[in-house]
Parts: sequence; C-alpha cells; structure tokens
Amino acid sequence: MGTLVHIASYVASPYSGYVYPNETVLPWGVLIVIYPYITGLVAGAFIVSSLYHTFRLENFKPVARLALISAFAFLCFAPMTLLSHLGHPERALEAIWTAHWTSAFAAFGYVAGFYAVLLMLEIWFAFRADIVAMAQSAAGWRRRLYRVLTLGSYDVSERALRYDHKWATALAALGIPAAAGLHGYVGFVFGSLKSREWWSSDLMPIIFLLSAVVSGVAALVVIYVVSSMVRKTKLDQKCMRGLAWVMWGFLIVTVVVEGLEYVEMFYRRLEGIDVIEQLITGPIWAGLTIQALCSVIPLVILSGLLAWRTQGRTLTFWMSFSAVLMMVAVLAMRWNVVIGGQELSKTARGFLTFYPPLWGREGVVWALSLFASSFVWLWFLVRLLPPWERAETAEANPETSGVVDGVPAWESARVSEEGA
Amino acid sequence: MSDTKPTKQEMGRRGFMRLLGELSATAAVCSGAAAVALQNTPAAARTEAEFPAKGPVPGYDWTKHRWAFGVDTTRCIGCLRCVEACKVENNVPFNPNDYRTWVERYVYLEGEDKPRVDSQDDPVNIAAADIPTNYRFANRYKGDKVEKSFFVAKLCNHCENPPCVQVCPVGATYKTPDGVVLIDKNYCIGCRYCVQACPYGARYFNEETNTADKCTWCYHRITKGLKPACVEVCPVQGRIFGDLNDPGSEINEFIRTHRVRVLKPWTGNGPHVFYNEIDSEVS
Repeated sequence: MGTLVHIASYVASPYSGYVYPNETVLPWGVLIVIYPYITGLVAGAFIVSSLYHTFRLENFKPVARLALISAFAFLCFAPMTLLSHLGHPERALEAIWTAHWTSAFAAFGYVAGFYAVLLMLEIWFAFRADIVAMAQSAAGWRRRLYRVLTLGSYDVSERALRYDHKWATALAALGIPAAAGLHGYVGFVFGSLKSREWWSSDLMPIIFLLSAVVSGVAALVVIYVVSSMVRKTKLDQKCMRGLAWVMWGFLIVTVVVEGLEYVEMFYRRLEGIDVIEQLITGPIWAGLTIQALCSVIPLVILSGLLAWRTQGRTLTFWMSFSAVLMMVAVLAMRWNVVIGGQELSKTARGFLTFYPPLWGREGVVWALSLFASSFVWLWFLVRLLPPWERAETAEANPETSGVVDGVPAWESARVSEEGA
Repeated sequence: MSDTKPTKQEMGRRGFMRLLGELSATAAVCSGAAAVALQNTPAAARTEAEFPAKGPVPGYDWTKHRWAFGVDTTRCIGCLRCVEACKVENNVPFNPNDYRTWVERYVYLEGEDKPRVDSQDDPVNIAAADIPTNYRFANRYKGDKVEKSFFVAKLCNHCENPPCVQVCPVGATYKTPDGVVLIDKNYCIGCRYCVQACPYGARYFNEETNTADKCTWCYHRITKGLKPACVEVCPVQGRIFGDLNDPGSEINEFIRTHRVRVLKPWTGNGPHVFYNEIDSEVS
C-alpha cells in the first residue's frame, strides 16, 4: 500500500515505453507555453503599427497607436511568465547583471529590455501632442501624472510635431528588426537544443516569428473590434480590409513554411522519424488537429472575404471569427512545441502524457491569470493614453483632444510635413 | 523647412532626446562589443580564469587531474546498490523522479528485434521493492525466452562541451579544470534550461532546493582522494573511476584494455563516461 501511495504521489506524468527516470516530471509547463505566446503577440501588434509609422500605409492609421499600446502591454507581461516559472525568482536579475553569454535565455533580458525602451520611446513620440494637451486640460492627480509624462516638453509647434513624427518613424523602423529578433530568439531557445528530437530544427525561429505575427495581428483585430463595440464607434473599413490582407498574407506563409517543415522531415526520414510519427499520431494529435483546423478555416474564410471584397458587418464578423481561430491555432502551436517536445522522451523509446496542474505557480489558473492581466493592463494603458484618432476624440471631447487651432495636432503635423 | 529658431523649450527637449539617443547608441555599441569579446573567449577558459588557480578545495590542485568514468557492462549484476548509495551520499530526494545515477536493463526476447528497456524507476520494479527506497529489478521476464540481456549504469557524462553549461543563463553550472561539471546552488535561478539541454536526462529539478541538480562524481569525495560513492559500493567493479592524467589509473587501464564507446557521440558533447560491450540500442 505504501508503495502505491509512493508511486501515486510522485509519478507526475504517466508514460509508456521507456523514459529516463528524471524525465517523469516535465521541466517546462503551461507558463512556458504562455511565454512565447505573449511574446508573439508583441511582435505581431508591433508589425501592424510599423506598417503605418514606417511604411506609411494609411489604411492602418486607425489601429497604429492601439497596436503600439497593445505591444507594450503584452511586453510587460511576457517576463512575468518566466519569472513565475523560476525556482529562484529573486535571482532573476543575475541573468542580466552576470549574464552567461552563450545562453539564449541570457539574451532575453537584453532583447526585451531594449525593445521595452524602444516601445516606450515610440509611444512617447506618437502620443506626445496628446500628453501635452491632457497635461493642460486635465485636473487633479491626472494633471500631475500627464505633466510628468510630458518630460517637461510642452512644445506642440508644427516643427516640434514634425520632429516627433520623424522619431516615431525611425523607432518604428528600428523596431521591426528588434521585433523579429525578439521572437526569432524565442524560436532559437527551442530550435537550438539538440537534446530534443521535436525541437531541434533550423526552421524553428522562422516558424515562431511568422506564427507570432499571425497571432499578434489576430489579437489586434479582436482588440480593435471589441474596443469599437465598447466605445460604440464604427470600424474603419479600409483598416479592416488592410488587416485582413496582413492576416491572410502572414497566415499563408506560416502554413506553407510549417508544411514544408513536415514534408522535409518525412521525406528525409532520418533516424527517429518513427517516434515523431508516433508523437504526432499519439500524445499531440488533438493539439495538432486544433492547430491545423484553426489555421486552414481562417485561411479559407479570409480568402473568401478578400476575393468577394466583403464589407461592413459581414466582414467584421468573419474577420473576428477568423482572428479568434488564429489566436487559438498559434496557442495550440506553442503547446504542441513546448509540451509536445517534452512528451517525446529523450530516450526515443517512450512517451509521457502531460496533465497540467490547475492550481499552484505552474498551474493553469495562474498562467491564465497572467495572460488575462495583460489585457487588464492594456485597458488601463488605453485609458491613460487613448490611442483613438484625434478627429474622433475631438468630437467626443474637444477639451482633451490635443486640437491646435481647430486642426488635430497629429493631422497638422502631417499636413505641414507633406507640404514641406 | 521652417527657418524660425528653435525655442529654448524645444532645444531642451531636442537636447534630451539627442542625449537619450546617444546614450542608447553607446550602450548598444558597448554591450555589443562586450558580447563579441565574451563570445570569443571559450566558456571553459573564462571559468578557469575566474577560479582560484589551484581550486577551492584546500590541499587539492584541480589543474593536476582529469577525471573520467568507466562502466563495465559485462560485470554489472543490476543490484542497484549504486543507486541507493548515491541517493544517501548526496541527499538526493527519495522520490522516483530524481536520480543522479540509475541502471537500465536491456532484454532481448526471442522473436523480437528491439530490446525491452526498463530501469529501477519502472512502476513494476518499484512495486517489487519491499520498501520504495530498496531498489530492485522485478523478475518480470520469468517464463520468457531471453536471448540477450545486460545492465547499463547511467550518470552525468561530464562532457567536454557540456550543453547544460552552454545554456545556463547565469553561469551557475560550470566545468572545473579537472573536467567535472558542477552546479552552484546558491547561484542557480531554477529556469531548468539545463535540464532540457542534457540529451542524457542526467539532470533533474530538485524541489527541495528549487535548483537544478545532478551527479558531481561525488566531488566532495574525489577531491579528498576517495572514489565516488557508486564506485565504492559496487560489489563487482562494474564502475571504474580515475584520473586520465595518471597513466597507471584504473580508468586508463579500462580504456586501454577494452573497446569502449560513449553515448550519443553525434551530439558533439564529448562525454567522459566510457562504456564497453553495449550495442547501438543503448543511448
């Protein structure tokens, strides 16, 4: 009896075949699934903001600043997942102060830190005119807060705004390789490990990066649609169609590259392919099915929407539906990689089945709480720095809109720039 | 372009932004240069340079030794005293998820081309023990026609190019000049990247210390001239330990007189545990 209790209390993951004794507890759980997922949302949202700020694609203007704020909100919570996972979170900063440079993990603090600074700077430049307006119009503690956020700069002259815009453009341009680096690095964390058959792949950073953009754009669509519903404002149709094109483009490239990865793996049939086949048809078949369906269905829907030039509520509904599916697909992909890789034993002779704990630091509830918190934080940031277009805001509340001489600050800057 | 002179305020802001830009550019260049410089220095050389010349153990000069381990699978009888000794000697948690060393049993049954593999950690074997800490292999193949079988002891390979050391984000795990891979428990942040990186499954996460843990070849013993606990208790000399720098050592004799191989050589890790008489199914 004692033996049975002993087994029941310690064998964390049931297994079949032969696995190394130390493998019976999976080192990385749900938190490490959420970590690359949240990081991916950052990359995707940022790309959309850069499409406007750097490439001047006017269609994306209505969401450009919302995308920036979203990227920042998610970036704040990505390290929280890692921090919660550490055995000694109080030593986390050692990875920055005394970084061991051959470790991919050591890069995280630097890459994410650099990116956070870049995002904060870009947000500051993109919102400066609004901050100044709010510092002048708000009252009480809000006034003090916005005064601090101005960093002492109250100049909203044409010249100054043009200067802001220039900086925002430059930072957005610099942000693209930074975003690619941030997520490419996450893929590298897995792809560079030769110990795991399912992870070790040269394509891993690329697949992670592409799927990150897919999930980030999809998340932005959901955020944009939900925020418009809450604010009872109309969605910009040109913007929605632009986003549909971005979703479709990145999704199709992601599906093709992932497909190529599988084709190549099965065509080469290197040693170990038989256990990969068993992994795909065994422990992770459900996850892979979800991933495949939630990728292909939106691809078909989006193709239809774009081919038939759908507009209005139909476009909104089907795009939102596709976006949610795409977010699920990428989450499933993260699960299939992170958990799937560990469910295949390093012995290549056995499989483990991971049952995530519900409670505790590594539990589902905590992981989901962290994920949900990033949206609460986003809500707070949006309240602090409303990213909506000024003309729209101006109608709603002319006092806090950053309107200079009847022309919104942002518009006046752009008009004068085009004139120059 | 407007030709009005910038206001004092604007100059201030511009100056501030320029300063910020310059600072971040300088920081980026410096950190980049530092990263390149550090990348160019091999991890091992760096650690050696950072350590005291003769090592932290008084009376023991770690530059004079190069330890290695041998497993003579023709001798092992699967008694598992080594596993038990290791747990006791090194305060390894007495649960079936944490082992610094373990023993695998390979059994080829008649008519089957793949071996059946289990370790003392298999539920059938755990159930066969009268008390959980009394490790044993159950007689589960009774009645089957066994064509070939052997035991293989496993432990940390203390690799020449350890991937666990490579991936540690803080350098808490490191290779000593005498070739032993150790973990600084007071420095490990518990990220478990090293546990993932080890292709041999030699590492585990110690829930008691919240840090990574693994075999040290009983560093506290070998630096005093003793043998690792598992070697000490082995009743059949199936485990061999010694100094590669000493031509007359047992390990040198074992390597000289046997055809030996290492596990998973394709990883390029350069393991320092040498096995004889194992077939390609052992990995």
